[in-house]
Amino acid sequence: MATTYSDEEIKGVKRGDALGRWIGRHPIAALVIAVVVIFALWLVLAPWPAGFENIFGKKWLFVNALFNGITLGGLYFLVASGFTLIFGLMRYVNLAHGSLYLFGGYMGYEATQWTGSWLFSFVVAFACCAVVGVAMQVLIFRRMEGEDLRQTMVTLGLSIIFSDLMVWVWGGDAIQIDTPDQLLGPMPTPIIVSVKSSGEVVFLQYARVRLVIFAAAVLIGVGMWLALHRTRIGVMIRAGVDDRDMLSVLGYRVQLLFVVVFAFGAGLAGMAGIVGGTFQSISLGEDSNFLLASLVVVIVGGLGSIPGAALGALIIGLSEQFGVVYFQNYSTVLAFVIMVIVLAIRPQGLLGRG
Amino acid sequence: MALLQTTDTSALGAQGLQGNGALSRWASQHAAILILGLLLVILPAAAGEFILVQVVGWSLILGMIALSLMFLAGYGGMVSLAQMTVAGVAGYMIAVFGTSSLPAISLFWPWWVAAPIAIAIAVAFGTLAGALSARTEGIYTIMITLALASAFFYLTLQNWPIFNGFNGFTTIPAPHFLGVNWKAPVPLYYMILFFAALSYAAVVYISRTPFGLALQGVRDNPRRMEAIGYNVTAHRIAAYAFAALIAAIGGILLVWQNNQISPFSVGVNVVINILIIAVIGGLSHPIGPFIGAIIYVILRTFALDSLVAVGLDGRRFQTLIGLGFLVIVLFSPDGVIGLWRRWSARALSSRSSNNR
Repeated sequence: MATTYSDEEIKGVKRGDALGRWIGRHPIAALVIAVVVIFALWLVLAPWPAGFENIFGKKWLFVNALFNGITLGGLYFLVASGFTLIFGLMRYVNLAHGSLYLFGGYMGYEATQWTGSWLFSFVVAFACCAVVGVAMQVLIFRRMEGEDLRQTMVTLGLSIIFSDLMVWVWGGDAIQIDTPDQLLGPMPTPIIVSVKSSGEVVFLQYARVRLVIFAAAVLIGVGMWLALHRTRIGVMIRAGVDDRDMLSVLGYRVQLLFVVVFAFGAGLAGMAGIVGGTFQSISLGEDSNFLLASLVVVIVGGLGSIPGAALGALIIGLSEQFGVVYFQNYSTVLAFVIMVIVLAIRPQGLLGRG
Repeated sequence: MALLQTTDTSALGAQGLQGNGALSRWASQHAAILILGLLLVILPAAAGEFILVQVVGWSLILGMIALSLMFLAGYGGMVSLAQMTVAGVAGYMIAVFGTSSLPAISLFWPWWVAAPIAIAIAVAFGTLAGALSARTEGIYTIMITLALASAFFYLTLQNWPIFNGFNGFTTIPAPHFLGVNWKAPVPLYYMILFFAALSYAAVVYISRTPFGLALQGVRDNPRRMEAIGYNVTAHRIAAYAFAALIAAIGGILLVWQNNQISPFSVGVNVVINILIIAVIGGLSHPIGPFIGAIIYVILRTFALDSLVAVGLDGRRFQTLIGLGFLVIVLFSPDGVIGLWRRWSARALSSRSSNNR
């Protein structure tokens, strides 16, 4: 296992060759993938011919669902990446992750009410959730080291208590966090929705705040990947994921690492709460919705893998939004169908190691 | 493995022995269960309709569903959160194939056709869910079964042609047969008691059969069992099928007792409550889930009044349940049974030291 990192680094250097070799070995699969990619690009970029629109509906519906799905995937990634990171290192499923999401949303809401600054509320939510995470890790999980099933059960008990306490404080009504003025309104994109009979080309207008948040999610994802693969603490985390006993034997302070990772994962969930409160709204029940979304995302993507969380989040976000447009009655079930198919074919998830 | 089998055959041998000595020994070993059973049988003489059906009957049904989880978790090491969903499938199917207030969906087949079909479909569902999660272990099983359970919840919520969406079904009476109206409180209570006792006995029996012992071996060390030549996955799936049978019967009884089923009968909270019931009672013995269920039902029924009585907000019932669950998980992993065992062991040791 210890050679994994060097292997990955070698792969990183030779990735260009590897792609060429893969195409050489699987020419038909490569052709199919290329055709699918080109077709997808055409679907998104070109105006649709009339016959095509008759079958599949208006193009703006499709493009809107696509954008909604991708940006929702960004939100899911923020929630699920902390979840999967915590699992990867500490080997228990934090069923209170949804509660941290909701708590972050509420704290962010309070912060925007007091200070009026949307950006500052992210700091507040991150800090609050990180503190709760540290408390959970130090006061409870450390006492039952190695008993992952019991730890998971404890997170379940905590999630019940947290959600009841949050109902007590904030009530059952939905709360919406105001979008800051600079990010309000639509933003033009270079994607053609349709061509009018006069020859005028209509471009897609899309909510600025969602695009900005998606960009931030991508940045956070790339940042996490870089931190995991290019920094010392990242090496420690990856080594801990592979074999935490060995890491501990080698003299690294594994408990400190656990606290840091739990705080970071919890803080990410808290920040995602603000994003969710701005995109949609936060209310009673959102905690279990987002816990389930994270579960499905990491089951599809592969438990413990950050790229897997990104892929899973994208797939689930897209399937939910396309589901709303094209299979109205079963929009939520679609995500679970995808999960079951992945489980049946690849139980460790698409990018999981197994 | 070998040790387990020898101790077990000797226990069975002791039971099989004819004669007063063995019988009285067996009776004294199981005194608590026998007294409890007797009390439950004569309960209708003392208790009113509410206590009978809404408290004890409901506890026994929840206990059965939690028992199916206890069987999987305690003997198989598989914490499946889909057991309430299996019960829900059976409940929905009895409403679809049998009688309800919705002639547009319900087929109004007689109970002796509808109930077996409902159970068969639920068992098939439970077995399939088991097959999906049996290849994974530990926490993965919790995650996958939780996701499956919520998938079913959303399906019932969004599907109108079969599950009647948000509203679900109402007016699903227990049938008339053998000249008895099983909808009436006392017969309904006895029917619930009969099936609860039957499933309890079945779990106790199965746990001592070669299959049950092999399952416990799979729980303790799947790789070694695989090496000895047992098919680990097949044992797990068979355990899921048996657990699904108990859960399915529990699900039908729940619908007959409640007279309705809706998506919120199979929601994520309910699914988790079944786990809480099983864990609070204890996962090491089949009586645990029933103890957990009676505690849960009593809390649920009387918490509001008692919380208000001591000057607290009655709406904080969930916090109370969550705290109780947390305390049990933190301090007594074996639930109430574990507490009882520790207490009785201490009582026993102090008594023997007194005698000395």
